[in-house]
Amino acid sequence: MAFKVVFDAEKCQGYANCLIEAPEIWDFDENTDKAVLKQATLDDQLRARAEASMRGCPAGAIRIEDPDT
Amino acid sequence: MRRVVVVGASLAGVHAVEALRERGYTGEIVLVSGEETLPYDRPPLSKSALLDQARFDDLALRPPQWYEQQGVRLLLRSRATGLDLAGRVVALADGSVVEFDGLVIATGAAPRPLPLPCPDGLRVHQLRTLADARGLAAAMVPGRHLVVVGAGFIGLEVASTARQLGLEVTVLEAASAPLNRVFGTAVGGWFRRLHEHHGVTVRCGSPPEAVETSGNGVRVRLRDGSRISADLVLAGVGAGPVTGWLQGSGLDIADGVRCRPDLATGVPGVVAAGDVARWHNRLFGEEMRVEHWTNAVEQGRHAAATLLGAREPYCPVPYFWTDQFDAKVRVVGRVDPGGEVAWEREDDTSLVVVFGREGVVQGAVCVNAPKRLAHYRRAIADRVAWRDLARDLEPVAPSASVDRGDGGW
Repeated sequence: MAFKVVFDAEKCQGYANCLIEAPEIWDFDENTDKAVLKQATLDDQLRARAEASMRGCPAGAIRIEDPDT
Repeated sequence: MRRVVVVGASLAGVHAVEALRERGYTGEIVLVSGEETLPYDRPPLSKSALLDQARFDDLALRPPQWYEQQGVRLLLRSRATGLDLAGRVVALADGSVVEFDGLVIATGAAPRPLPLPCPDGLRVHQLRTLADARGLAAAMVPGRHLVVVGAGFIGLEVASTARQLGLEVTVLEAASAPLNRVFGTAVGGWFRRLHEHHGVTVRCGSPPEAVETSGNGVRVRLRDGSRISADLVLAGVGAGPVTGWLQGSGLDIADGVRCRPDLATGVPGVVAAGDVARWHNRLFGEEMRVEHWTNAVEQGRHAAATLLGAREPYCPVPYFWTDQFDAKVRVVGRVDPGGEVAWEREDDTSLVVVFGREGVVQGAVCVNAPKRLAHYRRAIADRVAWRDLARDLEPVAPSASVDRGDGGW
Protein backbone atom coordinates (compact mmCIF):
# COMPACT_ATOMS: atom_id res chain seq x y z
CA MET A 1 0.00 0.00 0.00
CA ALA A 2 1.27 3.40 -0.92
CA PHE A 3 0.45 6.67 0.78
CA LYS A 4 1.09 10.30 -0.02
CA VAL A 5 3.01 13.03 1.76
CA VAL A 6 1.68 16.54 1.19
CA PHE A 7 4.14 19.35 1.86
CA ASP A 8 3.15 23.03 2.08
CA ALA A 9 6.35 24.90 1.23
CA GLU A 10 4.66 28.22 2.08
CA LYS A 11 4.32 27.12 5.69
CA CYS A 12 7.84 25.66 5.92
CA GLN A 13 10.01 27.68 8.33
CA GLY A 14 13.22 25.79 7.66
CA TYR A 15 13.43 23.96 10.99
CA ALA A 16 14.79 20.88 9.19
CA ASN A 17 13.18 18.60 11.76
CA CYS A 18 11.71 16.55 8.90
CA LEU A 19 15.18 16.01 7.53
CA ILE A 20 16.33 14.75 10.94
CA GLU A 21 13.35 12.43 11.30
CA ALA A 22 13.30 11.02 7.77
CA PRO A 23 16.28 11.76 5.53
CA GLU A 24 14.92 9.07 3.17
CA ILE A 25 11.97 11.33 2.41
CA TRP A 26 13.32 14.86 2.76
CA ASP A 27 16.15 16.98 1.47
CA PHE A 28 16.90 20.60 2.27
CA ASP A 29 17.56 23.59 0.02
CA GLU A 30 20.02 25.83 1.84
CA ASN A 31 19.41 28.65 -0.63
CA THR A 32 15.66 28.92 -0.04
CA ASP A 33 16.04 27.67 3.56
CA LYS A 34 13.18 25.25 3.04
CA ALA A 35 12.71 21.52 3.06
CA VAL A 36 12.38 19.61 -0.20
CA LEU A 37 10.11 16.59 -0.52
CA LYS A 38 12.07 14.08 -2.54
CA GLN A 39 9.14 11.85 -3.42
CA ALA A 40 5.47 12.39 -2.60
CA THR A 41 4.16 8.86 -3.01
CA LEU A 42 5.77 6.41 -0.67
CA ASP A 43 5.58 2.76 0.23
CA ASP A 44 4.12 1.80 3.61
CA GLN A 45 7.56 0.80 4.87
CA LEU A 46 8.26 4.51 5.26
CA ARG A 47 4.97 5.27 6.97
CA ALA A 48 6.37 5.54 10.51
CA ARG A 49 9.17 7.81 9.36
CA ALA A 50 6.79 10.01 7.41
CA GLU A 51 4.47 10.32 10.41
CA ALA A 52 7.41 11.22 12.65
CA SER A 53 8.40 13.99 10.25
CA MET A 54 4.80 15.24 10.21
CA ARG A 55 4.64 15.34 14.01
CA GLY A 56 8.10 16.85 14.21
CA CYS A 57 7.23 19.84 12.03
CA PRO A 58 6.58 22.78 14.36
CA ALA A 59 5.14 24.77 11.45
CA GLY A 60 2.51 22.16 10.56
CA ALA A 61 3.66 22.09 6.94
CA ILE A 62 3.37 18.31 6.48
CA ARG A 63 0.29 16.14 6.01
CA ILE A 64 -0.21 12.52 5.14
CA GLU A 65 -2.96 11.34 2.83
CA ASP A 66 -4.15 7.81 2.24
CA PRO A 67 -5.16 6.82 -1.29
CA ASP A 68 -8.84 6.61 -0.41
CA THR A 69 -9.04 10.07 1.15
CA MET B 1 -8.51 0.94 32.43
CA ARG B 2 -11.74 2.85 32.72
CA ARG B 3 -10.12 6.26 33.17
CA VAL B 4 -6.75 7.75 32.29
CA VAL B 5 -5.88 11.08 33.88
CA VAL B 6 -3.25 13.19 32.13
CA VAL B 7 -1.84 15.84 34.45
CA GLY B 8 -0.40 18.76 32.51
CA ALA B 9 -2.18 20.07 29.42
CA SER B 10 1.18 20.34 27.76
CA LEU B 11 2.70 19.27 24.47
CA ALA B 12 3.53 15.90 26.02
CA GLY B 13 0.04 15.65 27.51
CA VAL B 14 -1.76 16.34 24.22
CA HIS B 15 0.37 13.84 22.33
CA ALA B 16 -0.19 11.24 25.05
CA VAL B 17 -3.95 11.69 24.57
CA GLU B 18 -3.65 11.41 20.81
CA ALA B 19 -1.58 8.25 21.04
CA LEU B 20 -3.97 6.64 23.56
CA ARG B 21 -6.81 7.03 21.07
CA GLU B 22 -4.72 6.01 18.07
CA ARG B 23 -3.86 2.81 19.89
CA GLY B 24 -7.48 2.00 20.50
CA TYR B 25 -8.01 3.06 24.11
CA THR B 26 -11.74 3.80 24.43
CA GLY B 27 -12.09 4.62 28.13
CA GLU B 28 -12.38 8.04 29.74
CA ILE B 29 -9.59 10.59 29.43
CA VAL B 30 -9.35 13.55 31.80
CA LEU B 31 -6.80 16.25 31.01
CA VAL B 32 -5.92 18.37 34.04
CA SER B 33 -4.23 21.77 33.74
CA GLY B 34 -3.47 24.65 36.06
CA GLU B 35 -3.60 27.08 33.14
CA GLU B 36 -6.64 28.95 31.83
CA THR B 37 -6.25 28.29 28.13
CA LEU B 38 -6.34 25.27 25.90
CA PRO B 39 -2.91 23.66 25.49
CA TYR B 40 -0.69 25.83 23.33
CA ASP B 41 2.69 25.80 21.64
CA ARG B 42 5.47 27.41 23.68
CA PRO B 43 8.42 27.99 21.31
CA PRO B 44 6.84 31.07 19.65
CA LEU B 45 6.42 32.76 23.07
CA SER B 46 10.01 33.99 23.02
CA LYS B 47 10.27 34.45 19.26
CA SER B 48 7.60 34.98 16.58
CA ALA B 49 4.65 35.65 18.92
CA LEU B 50 6.64 38.00 21.11
CA LEU B 51 7.60 39.86 17.95
CA ASP B 52 4.05 39.93 16.58
CA GLN B 53 1.50 39.84 19.39
CA ALA B 54 -1.32 39.00 16.99
CA ARG B 55 0.12 35.50 16.96
CA PHE B 56 -0.68 34.98 20.64
CA ASP B 57 -4.22 34.06 19.58
CA ASP B 58 -2.96 31.46 17.18
CA LEU B 59 -0.92 29.11 19.35
CA ALA B 60 -3.44 26.42 20.31
CA LEU B 61 -2.01 22.94 19.77
CA ARG B 62 -5.44 21.60 18.82
CA PRO B 63 -8.75 23.36 18.07
CA PRO B 64 -11.43 23.29 20.81
CA GLN B 65 -13.54 20.68 18.99
CA TRP B 66 -10.61 18.25 18.94
CA TYR B 67 -11.00 17.61 22.67
CA GLU B 68 -14.65 16.75 22.19
CA GLN B 69 -13.87 14.54 19.22
CA GLN B 70 -11.24 12.68 21.22
CA GLY B 71 -13.61 12.28 24.17
CA VAL B 72 -11.41 14.28 26.52
CA ARG B 73 -12.77 15.96 29.63
CA LEU B 74 -10.72 19.11 30.09
CA LEU B 75 -10.22 20.45 33.59
CA LEU B 76 -8.61 23.87 33.09
CA ARG B 77 -7.72 26.17 36.02
CA SER B 78 -7.34 22.96 38.01
CA ARG B 79 -3.81 22.71 39.27
CA ALA B 80 -2.87 19.31 40.66
CA THR B 81 -1.70 19.61 44.25
CA GLY B 82 -1.22 16.02 45.35
CA LEU B 83 -1.10 12.38 44.33
CA ASP B 84 -2.35 9.46 46.42
CA LEU B 85 -1.07 6.28 44.81
CA ALA B 86 -2.79 3.96 47.27
CA GLY B 87 -6.18 5.59 46.74
CA ARG B 88 -5.34 6.26 43.06
CA VAL B 89 -6.54 9.85 43.08
CA VAL B 90 -5.07 13.20 42.02
CA ALA B 91 -5.89 16.08 44.34
CA LEU B 92 -6.74 19.45 42.79
CA ALA B 93 -6.27 22.99 44.07
CA ASP B 94 -10.01 23.46 44.72
CA GLY B 95 -9.98 20.55 47.17
CA SER B 96 -11.61 18.03 44.85
CA VAL B 97 -10.03 14.78 43.67
CA VAL B 98 -9.99 12.90 40.37
CA GLU B 99 -9.80 9.12 40.45
CA PHE B 100 -7.66 7.32 37.91
CA ASP B 101 -6.81 3.86 36.70
CA GLY B 102 -3.98 5.11 34.50
CA LEU B 103 -1.96 8.27 35.07
CA VAL B 104 0.28 10.26 32.73
CA ILE B 105 2.46 12.77 34.58
CA ALA B 106 3.23 15.63 32.17
CA THR B 107 3.50 18.71 34.37
CA GLY B 108 6.56 20.03 32.58
CA ALA B 109 9.02 22.49 34.06
CA ALA B 110 8.77 25.95 35.61
CA PRO B 111 11.27 28.81 35.57
CA ARG B 112 13.55 29.06 38.56
CA PRO B 113 13.06 32.29 40.46
CA LEU B 114 15.90 34.75 40.35
CA PRO B 115 18.06 33.81 43.35
CA LEU B 116 18.68 37.44 44.28
CA PRO B 117 17.34 39.92 46.82
CA CYS B 118 14.51 41.85 45.19
CA PRO B 119 12.13 44.42 46.75
CA ASP B 120 8.51 43.39 47.23
CA GLY B 121 6.27 44.49 44.38
CA LEU B 122 9.06 44.90 41.88
CA ARG B 123 8.27 42.90 38.80
CA VAL B 124 10.96 40.66 37.39
CA HIS B 125 9.62 38.98 34.28
CA GLN B 126 9.89 35.29 33.60
CA LEU B 127 8.87 33.47 30.46
CA ARG B 128 7.14 30.15 30.44
CA THR B 129 3.41 30.59 29.99
CA LEU B 130 1.21 32.49 27.57
CA ALA B 131 0.32 34.87 30.41
CA ASP B 132 4.04 35.48 31.07
CA ALA B 133 4.58 36.23 27.39
CA ARG B 134 1.65 38.65 27.17
CA GLY B 135 2.94 40.52 30.19
CA LEU B 136 6.45 40.69 28.78
CA ALA B 137 5.22 41.78 25.34
CA ALA B 138 3.20 44.61 26.85
CA ALA B 139 6.32 45.89 28.61
CA MET B 140 8.60 45.60 25.58
CA VAL B 141 8.14 49.14 24.30
CA PRO B 142 10.67 50.30 21.68
CA GLY B 143 13.40 52.45 23.20
CA ARG B 144 13.13 50.88 26.64
CA HIS B 145 16.09 49.12 28.18
CA LEU B 146 15.66 45.42 28.85
CA VAL B 147 18.13 43.69 31.14
CA VAL B 148 18.19 39.93 30.79
CA VAL B 149 19.68 38.02 33.71
CA GLY B 150 21.09 34.72 32.48
CA ALA B 151 22.43 34.04 28.98
CA GLY B 152 20.62 30.75 28.43
CA PHE B 153 18.32 29.90 25.54
CA ILE B 154 15.26 31.81 26.75
CA GLY B 155 17.31 34.87 27.71
CA LEU B 156 19.11 35.01 24.38
CA GLU B 157 15.95 34.43 22.36
CA VAL B 158 14.17 37.26 24.15
CA ALA B 159 17.25 39.47 23.75
CA SER B 160 17.13 38.83 20.01
CA THR B 161 13.40 39.56 19.76
CA ALA B 162 13.73 42.70 21.89
CA ARG B 163 16.46 44.11 19.64
CA GLN B 164 14.27 43.46 16.61
CA LEU B 165 11.51 45.42 18.36
CA GLY B 166 13.84 48.36 18.94
CA LEU B 167 14.68 47.97 22.62
CA GLU B 168 18.10 48.48 24.13
CA VAL B 169 19.24 45.16 25.54
CA THR B 170 21.85 44.13 28.08
CA VAL B 171 22.46 40.48 28.87
CA LEU B 172 24.13 39.61 32.19
CA GLU B 173 25.79 36.25 32.61
CA ALA B 174 27.60 35.04 35.70
CA ALA B 175 29.81 32.63 33.74
CA SER B 176 32.49 33.72 31.29
CA ALA B 177 30.34 33.20 28.17
CA PRO B 178 26.71 32.83 27.10
CA LEU B 179 25.43 29.24 27.09
CA ASN B 180 28.61 28.26 28.89
CA ARG B 181 27.07 25.43 30.87
CA VAL B 182 25.49 23.74 27.83
CA PHE B 183 28.00 24.48 25.07
CA GLY B 184 31.24 25.53 26.77
CA THR B 185 33.17 28.76 26.51
CA ALA B 186 34.33 28.42 22.91
CA VAL B 187 30.90 27.92 21.35
CA GLY B 188 29.49 30.40 23.86
CA GLY B 189 31.90 32.98 22.50
CA TRP B 190 30.38 32.62 19.04
CA PHE B 191 26.96 33.45 20.50
CA ARG B 192 28.40 36.41 22.34
CA ARG B 193 29.74 37.80 19.05
CA LEU B 194 26.41 37.15 17.33
CA HIS B 195 24.55 39.19 19.93
CA GLU B 196 27.12 41.95 20.10
CA HIS B 197 27.02 42.22 16.31
CA HIS B 198 23.30 43.00 16.62
CA GLY B 199 23.78 45.64 19.27
CA VAL B 200 23.21 43.65 22.46
CA THR B 201 25.49 44.52 25.35
CA VAL B 202 26.74 41.23 26.81
CA ARG B 203 28.39 41.32 30.24
CA CYS B 204 29.85 38.07 31.45
CA GLY B 205 31.79 37.05 34.50
CA SER B 206 30.31 39.36 37.11
CA PRO B 207 27.26 37.79 38.74
CA PRO B 208 24.27 40.02 39.54
CA GLU B 209 23.89 40.36 43.29
CA ALA B 210 20.65 42.29 43.77
CA VAL B 211 17.72 43.86 41.97
CA GLU B 212 16.79 47.32 43.29
CA THR B 213 14.16 49.94 42.53
CA SER B 214 15.37 53.12 40.92
CA GLY B 215 12.88 55.88 40.20
CA ASN B 216 10.30 54.39 37.84
CA GLY B 217 12.67 51.64 36.80
CA VAL B 218 14.87 48.91 38.09
CA ARG B 219 18.55 48.62 38.78
CA VAL B 220 20.67 45.48 38.84
CA ARG B 221 23.76 45.51 41.02
CA LEU B 222 26.67 43.29 40.02
CA ARG B 223 29.32 41.70 42.19
CA ASP B 224 31.96 44.03 40.75
CA GLY B 225 29.98 46.96 42.19
CA SER B 226 28.57 48.33 38.95
CA ARG B 227 24.86 49.11 38.67
CA ILE B 228 22.83 48.76 35.50
CA SER B 229 19.57 50.67 35.14
CA ALA B 230 16.70 49.07 33.29
CA ASP B 231 13.08 49.67 32.41
CA LEU B 232 12.36 45.97 32.67
CA VAL B 233 14.19 42.85 33.80
CA LEU B 234 13.77 39.29 32.56
CA ALA B 235 15.12 36.39 34.59
CA GLY B 236 16.24 33.51 32.41
CA VAL B 237 18.08 31.40 34.92
CA GLY B 238 16.85 27.94 33.98
CA ALA B 239 13.87 25.81 34.79
CA GLY B 240 13.15 22.92 37.09
CA PRO B 241 10.67 20.03 36.81
CA VAL B 242 7.22 20.63 38.33
CA THR B 243 7.12 17.88 40.95
CA GLY B 244 6.00 19.77 44.06
CA TRP B 245 2.57 18.14 43.82
CA LEU B 246 4.24 14.71 43.95
CA GLN B 247 6.00 15.32 47.27
CA GLY B 248 5.27 12.45 49.63
CA SER B 249 3.57 10.35 46.93
CA GLY B 250 6.28 7.72 47.05
CA LEU B 251 7.53 8.40 43.51
CA ASP B 252 11.23 9.15 43.11
CA ILE B 253 11.27 12.86 42.21
CA ALA B 254 14.90 13.90 42.61
CA ASP B 255 15.28 16.19 39.54
CA GLY B 256 12.21 14.95 37.72
CA VAL B 257 10.05 11.86 37.95
CA ARG B 258 12.40 8.94 37.70
CA CYS B 259 11.25 6.41 35.12
CA ARG B 260 12.37 3.10 33.73
CA PRO B 261 13.66 2.95 30.16
CA ASP B 262 10.06 2.48 28.93
CA LEU B 263 8.84 5.57 30.91
CA ALA B 264 6.95 3.49 33.49
CA THR B 265 7.48 4.80 37.01
CA GLY B 266 7.48 1.41 38.71
CA VAL B 267 3.97 2.04 40.06
CA PRO B 268 1.52 0.07 37.90
CA GLY B 269 -0.42 2.31 35.54
CA VAL B 270 1.67 5.43 36.19
CA VAL B 271 3.96 6.87 33.48
CA ALA B 272 5.66 10.22 32.90
CA ALA B 273 6.63 12.26 29.83
CA GLY B 274 8.09 15.58 28.76
CA ASP B 275 10.21 18.03 30.73
CA VAL B 276 9.22 16.42 34.01
CA ALA B 277 10.44 12.89 33.16
CA ARG B 278 13.87 11.51 33.93
CA TRP B 279 14.63 8.19 32.33
CA HIS B 280 17.50 5.96 31.30
CA ASN B 281 18.17 6.40 27.58
CA ARG B 282 19.85 3.17 26.50
CA LEU B 283 21.31 4.68 23.33
CA PHE B 284 23.48 6.97 25.44
CA GLY B 285 23.73 4.71 28.49
CA GLU B 286 22.70 7.49 30.84
CA GLU B 287 19.78 8.96 32.71
CA MET B 288 18.50 12.17 31.18
CA ARG B 289 15.74 14.72 31.41
CA VAL B 290 15.12 16.67 28.21
CA GLU B 291 13.33 20.03 28.16
CA HIS B 292 12.70 20.28 24.45
CA TRP B 293 9.79 20.32 22.03
CA THR B 294 10.31 17.20 19.93
CA ASN B 295 11.05 15.12 23.00
CA ALA B 296 7.75 16.17 24.55
CA VAL B 297 5.91 15.02 21.40
CA GLU B 298 7.58 11.65 21.11
CA GLN B 299 7.86 10.95 24.82
CA GLY B 300 4.17 11.71 25.34
CA ARG B 301 3.33 9.16 22.67
CA HIS B 302 5.74 6.61 24.04
CA ALA B 303 4.43 6.94 27.60
CA ALA B 304 0.90 6.37 26.30
CA ALA B 305 2.02 3.17 24.57
CA THR B 306 3.67 1.97 27.77
CA LEU B 307 0.52 2.72 29.73
CA LEU B 308 -1.38 0.48 27.32
CA GLY B 309 1.02 -2.41 27.87
CA ALA B 310 3.91 -1.94 25.43
CA ARG B 311 7.33 -2.37 27.00
CA GLU B 312 9.67 -0.81 24.43
CA PRO B 313 12.51 1.30 25.78
CA TYR B 314 12.46 4.97 24.75
CA CYS B 315 15.87 5.70 23.28
CA PRO B 316 15.77 8.67 20.91
CA VAL B 317 18.52 10.97 19.71
CA PRO B 318 17.16 14.20 21.25
CA TYR B 319 17.29 17.40 19.22
CA PHE B 320 16.12 20.97 19.55
CA TRP B 321 16.40 24.39 18.00
CA THR B 322 16.79 28.01 19.05
CA ASP B 323 16.47 30.99 16.69
CA GLN B 324 18.43 34.13 17.50
CA PHE B 325 18.61 36.96 14.96
CA ASP B 326 19.50 35.29 11.66
CA ALA B 327 21.06 32.26 13.33
CA LYS B 328 19.01 29.09 13.10
CA VAL B 329 20.65 27.01 15.77
CA ARG B 330 20.03 23.27 15.74
CA VAL B 331 21.41 20.91 18.34
CA VAL B 332 21.31 17.15 18.09
CA GLY B 333 22.28 14.47 20.59
CA ARG B 334 24.12 15.11 23.84
CA VAL B 335 26.49 18.01 24.12
CA ASP B 336 29.10 17.76 26.88
CA PRO B 337 31.62 20.59 26.67
CA GLY B 338 33.81 18.74 29.15
CA GLY B 339 34.31 15.86 26.71
CA GLU B 340 35.75 15.80 23.20
CA VAL B 341 35.00 18.88 21.09
CA ALA B 342 35.92 19.51 17.46
CA TRP B 343 35.08 22.33 15.04
CA GLU B 344 34.00 21.48 11.53
CA ARG B 345 33.02 24.93 10.33
CA GLU B 346 33.00 28.46 11.66
CA ASP B 347 32.31 31.76 9.96
CA ASP B 348 30.19 34.83 10.65
CA THR B 349 26.91 33.17 9.74
CA SER B 350 27.38 29.46 10.34
CA LEU B 351 28.95 27.10 12.79
CA VAL B 352 29.28 23.33 13.08
CA VAL B 353 30.81 21.90 16.25
CA VAL B 354 30.84 18.21 17.13
CA PHE B 355 30.94 16.66 20.59
CA GLY B 356 32.09 13.19 21.62
CA ARG B 357 32.42 11.08 24.73
CA GLU B 358 33.84 7.67 25.56
CA GLY B 359 35.10 7.26 22.03
CA VAL B 360 31.84 7.88 20.15
CA VAL B 361 30.13 10.84 18.54
CA GLN B 362 27.45 12.13 20.92
CA GLY B 363 26.24 15.50 19.71
CA ALA B 364 26.54 18.43 17.33
CA VAL B 365 25.69 22.13 17.29
CA CYS B 366 24.83 23.36 13.80
CA VAL B 367 24.06 27.01 13.03
CA ASN B 368 22.56 27.64 9.59
CA ALA B 369 23.73 24.20 8.51
CA PRO B 370 20.69 21.91 8.40
CA LYS B 371 22.22 19.22 6.25
CA ARG B 372 25.07 18.70 8.69
CA LEU B 373 22.47 18.25 11.40
CA ALA B 374 20.93 15.30 9.61
CA HIS B 375 24.37 13.88 8.96
CA TYR B 376 25.32 13.98 12.63
CA ARG B 377 22.01 12.64 13.83
CA ARG B 378 22.71 9.51 11.88
CA ALA B 379 26.31 9.35 13.13
CA ILE B 380 25.08 9.60 16.73
CA ALA B 381 22.40 6.93 16.28
CA ASP B 382 24.98 4.66 14.64
CA ARG B 383 27.50 5.32 17.45
CA VAL B 384 30.23 6.28 15.00
CA ALA B 385 33.73 6.21 16.55
CA TRP B 386 35.08 9.65 17.48
CA ARG B 387 38.45 8.98 15.87
CA ASP B 388 36.78 8.18 12.52
CA LEU B 389 34.75 11.33 12.53
CA ALA B 390 37.12 13.82 14.09
CA ARG B 391 40.17 12.92 11.98
CA ASP B 392 39.70 15.91 9.69
CA LEU B 393 38.31 18.31 12.25
CA GLU B 394 40.02 20.84 14.41
CA PRO B 395 40.14 19.64 18.03
CA VAL B 396 39.55 21.95 20.95
CA ALA B 397 41.44 21.14 24.12
CA PRO B 398 38.89 20.19 26.81
CA SER B 399 40.39 22.69 29.21
CA ALA B 400 39.69 25.49 26.75
CA SER B 401 36.16 24.41 26.01
CA VAL B 402 34.47 24.85 29.33
CA ASP B 403 34.48 27.18 32.23
CA ARG B 404 32.70 25.65 35.18
CA GLY B 405 33.47 28.65 37.37
CA ASP B 406 30.40 30.61 38.27
CA GLY B 407 28.14 29.08 35.66
CA GLY B 408 25.59 28.09 38.21
CA TRP B 409 22.54 29.87 36.81
